[in-house]
Amino acid sequence: MADPAIAVENLVVYRGKRQVLFDLSCAVPAGQVTGLLGPSGGGKTTLLRSIVGVQVIRSGTVTVLGLPAGDPALRTRIGYVTQAPSVYADLSVADNVRYFAALTSGADRVEEVLASVDLADRAADRVDQLSGGQRARVSLACALVGAPPLLVLDEPTVGLDPVLRRDLWNLFHDLARGGSTILISSHVMDEAARCDRLLLLRDGRLYADDTPAAIRHQTGTEDLEEAFLRLATDSEEAR
Amino acid sequence: MNPAITAATAGRVLRQLRNDPRTVAMLVVVPSVLMILLRYVYNGSQRTFDSIGLSLLGIFPFITMFLVTSVAMLRERTSGTLERLFTTRLAKLDLLLGYAGAFAVATVVQVGVVSLIAFGWLGLDARAGVGWVLALALASALLGMALGLLVSAFARTEFQAVQFLPAVVLPQFLLCGLLTPRSEMVDLLRWLSNLLPMSYAVEGLARVGQGTVDAVLFRDVAVVLACIVAALALGAATLRRRTS
Repeated sequence: MADPAIAVENLVVYRGKRQVLFDLSCAVPAGQVTGLLGPSGGGKTTLLRSIVGVQVIRSGTVTVLGLPAGDPALRTRIGYVTQAPSVYADLSVADNVRYFAALTSGADRVEEVLASVDLADRAADRVDQLSGGQRARVSLACALVGAPPLLVLDEPTVGLDPVLRRDLWNLFHDLARGGSTILISSHVMDEAARCDRLLLLRDGRLYADDTPAAIRHQTGTEDLEEAFLRLATDSEEAR
Repeated sequence: MNPAITAATAGRVLRQLRNDPRTVAMLVVVPSVLMILLRYVYNGSQRTFDSIGLSLLGIFPFITMFLVTSVAMLRERTSGTLERLFTTRLAKLDLLLGYAGAFAVATVVQVGVVSLIAFGWLGLDARAGVGWVLALALASALLGMALGLLVSAFARTEFQAVQFLPAVVLPQFLLCGLLTPRSEMVDLLRWLSNLLPMSYAVEGLARVGQGTVDAVLFRDVAVVLACIVAALALGAATLRRRTS
C-alpha cells in the first residue's frame, strides 16, 4: 500500500474510567471508501473522534494525511460528520452550508453540494422543519462543501430510504475516484459490501482489516454478516 | 484568528437571532415596557426615576445577554456544533468575537429603542450625554455575554443554565448600589459590592446622570472592561478542542 491516508498505531483510549480502544492499529488507504463496521458501543465513534483530533487519547499515535491527528494544518482538509446531525436547527439549510463553507474554503459550492445530497429544493427551509434523514443530509452537505481530501462520516446513512442510500454511496465512490479518502462507519452489515475495504471493530478491538473479497475468502462464506460472526467467534476463542 | 471567519460567525449568530422574532421582540419590548412602568411608579420624583432608570439601561442588556449567551452556548455544546466547529479552522477567538459582535449589534438595537423611549418620551435625563449611556450599556451587555459563556460550561441542560441567572445576577443587583447607596452598606457588604463588576457599571451610569465625566467614571469603565476580558479568558479556557 502507498502512504495510507490514516495510520493508527497502538491506540489506547479511555472515556472516563472505561477503556474503549485496546491497543488498536490499522491503516486506511487513500482514494478509497473504507467502512468501519461493528455493533454500537464497540468504539467506532471514539476511533473516528481520535482521527479527527477531538478525542483525548491515552497512548499510541494517529497520523492523518502525514500529520499527527489534530494538527492545525488538517483543519481545512477533513470533513467530519457526527452521528447526531450537528447543524443549526434555527437556520435555513443554505445558511448552514454557507456558514460551514466560510469556515473551510469559502468557495461558493452551496447549490452544487445541496444537489448532491438531494436537498436543492429545501435550501430555503429551516432545518428544524426537516425530517431526521434530511437533517443528516444537511450535516453531510456541511462537510462536503469544503471539498476536503478526507471525509470522516459517522453513520451518515441511518434512517434513509434505500434509493437515497444507494445515491449517497454512489456519491462516496465518485468522490473516492476523484482522489478523496472516505472513512464511513455503519452498524448495518449490508453496507459492508459497498466498501472497498473494511475494518471490523467490536469491543474496542479490530477483528478484520481487509477487502470484502479477502474477508469472504478467508472465512469461506459469501455472506459478509456470516463472515463477521465467524471472525468474532474465532478471535474470542483465541483470547 | 481570521477576520472573515469571525465575521461569518457574527453573521451566523445574528441570522439565528433574526430567525427567532419572538426573542427579538422580547429583547426590545420588555425593557421598554418596564421603563415606562418605572416612570409612572416614580411619578412624583423625577430625580429617583433618573437614577434608577439610568441604572436599568445598564442592567437590562446585562441580564438579556447573559441569558441569551448561556443558552446559545449550551446549545452549541450539547448539539455537537461546537465539537464540529473545532474540527474546522475556526479559532476560539473567532467564536468569542463572533458572538460579541453579534450581541453588540443586538444591544445597540435594544438600548437604542429603550433610550429613544426613555430620553425622548419619558424625560429621562443623562447630563453627560446619551453616547456615554450607550457605551456603558454596551460594556455591561458584553460583561453579561462573557459571564453567560463562562457559566454555560457548568450547566448540562437549559434548565440549569437558566437557574444561573438569579445566582449570578441577583447578588450583583442587590449590592450594586441601586437599592441602597454603597456608602451606607455595612463593611462586609461594601467589600462584596466592590468585588462585583455590575457595581462599577451602575456607578458609572450614575456619574453619567450627574454629568460628571471624571477619573471615577474612567476607572469604572476600565474595571468593567477588565472584567469582560477576564470572564472571556476564563470562558475561553472552558472551550476545548479535545475532550475525553
